[in-house]
Amino acid sequence: MIDLPAIETSRLSKSYGQMEAVRDLNLCVTANRITGFLGSNGAGKSTTIKMLLGMIRPTSGGGAVLGRRIDHPAESVKLRRDVAYVSEDKRLYGYMTVEQTIRFTSGFYPGWRSETAWLLLRKYELPPERKVRSLSKGMRTKLALLLAISRGPKLLILDEPSEGLDPVGVEQLLESLVSQSGEGTTVFFSSHQIEEVERIADRVCILDHGRLLMDLSLDEIREGYRQIDVVFPVEAPEREFRLPGVESIETKGRQLRLLSSGNTDEIVAQARALSASEIDVAPVGLREIFLRTVKSSHALV
Amino acid sequence: MFFKLTATSGQPLYIQLVQQIRHAVECGALRHGDQLPGIRTLAEELTVSPNTVAKAYSELEHDGILELRQGSGAFICLSRRSRSVVDHVEDARQRAGALIDELREEGLRDDEIRRVFEAELLRPAEVTVRR
Repeated sequence: MIDLPAIETSRLSKSYGQMEAVRDLNLCVTANRITGFLGSNGAGKSTTIKMLLGMIRPTSGGGAVLGRRIDHPAESVKLRRDVAYVSEDKRLYGYMTVEQTIRFTSGFYPGWRSETAWLLLRKYELPPERKVRSLSKGMRTKLALLLAISRGPKLLILDEPSEGLDPVGVEQLLESLVSQSGEGTTVFFSSHQIEEVERIADRVCILDHGRLLMDLSLDEIREGYRQIDVVFPVEAPEREFRLPGVESIETKGRQLRLLSSGNTDEIVAQARALSASEIDVAPVGLREIFLRTVKSSHALV
Repeated sequence: MFFKLTATSGQPLYIQLVQQIRHAVECGALRHGDQLPGIRTLAEELTVSPNTVAKAYSELEHDGILELRQGSGAFICLSRRSRSVVDHVEDARQRAGALIDELREEGLRDDEIRRVFEAELLRPAEVTVRR
């Protein structure tokens, strides 16, 4: 499989007056993969997505989605045929019923897959006769997802898709994303639900204060990242651990806690050489990595 | 077969999948000719990226344990050599079982036996055997 980028940006930036929402973002999202886009509230995730879709203009920098330039109005219109987007606010017409919405939307897309739409309607247990305005938030999300998937897009972009879904709904959403990916669709979804990203994503990009802090495959994280706890007979010699691979260090008296992104053997050897009385190496989840990375980036700001 | 993938175990999911299928073959839960679900089906069942399953299957195919047939799924396929490995592991399991029974009879507790096994496994091998 050739790993062509489905999304590529170069120094993409957006400012609102003094506020820099996105700063010099170099993003590369591989095709045929599921990529999670993590960040705290206000990190710049939605702004980035809207720039990718040509909905807002970058202040500087640029990029391409499926090989089409995002800052080029004509290209951006063509692009939207191949990209399905489930937005945070799920814009739907309230006066239409669920079924009317599906029929109405299908008319815009020549590649519409009716069978998929009716299948998902049953799977998501959406009431066909209900007016969209009376749907719960979770049901609206499911309807928006149904519309996006039934278009058979090459790229599916979702902004916080699991917001407002109950646990069953979240499961259905994740299954649908996995199934779409199995059909060859590139999936790019923003979230602050770390567990969801950890379960289904191939790669994760972490955004904070408009900057890209991390872009890694989940396999690399699972193989490389470790939490190393060390106890010393004396006060922990923090300075001796400025080694390659050490991402963050915390000390509490004689205890030292490290987050490493690799080079674990050398770090452990160093702890032994400094006569550590106890060394514990444990795998570390994405939640821990996310929190520590964001925290140490805030410390630098 | 049933799988159990742990997102936070410090091991890539595809490796967990490879190991669990290998283990199922070694203990006889999966036999020559048994069918595994297709990549998409298994990915949906486990709610993991299809690339995870594809990577695992391709590794098992490379090892000669799995045969991928276009359109009809994945089949366990054991060469004579890997079948003898399966027999070997089964034989080892029985011998280890007998030894454990013996040690229990001598009054050793299970956690003590486990520690003995673990400690012995950490000892560098005197004879290196390549499979």
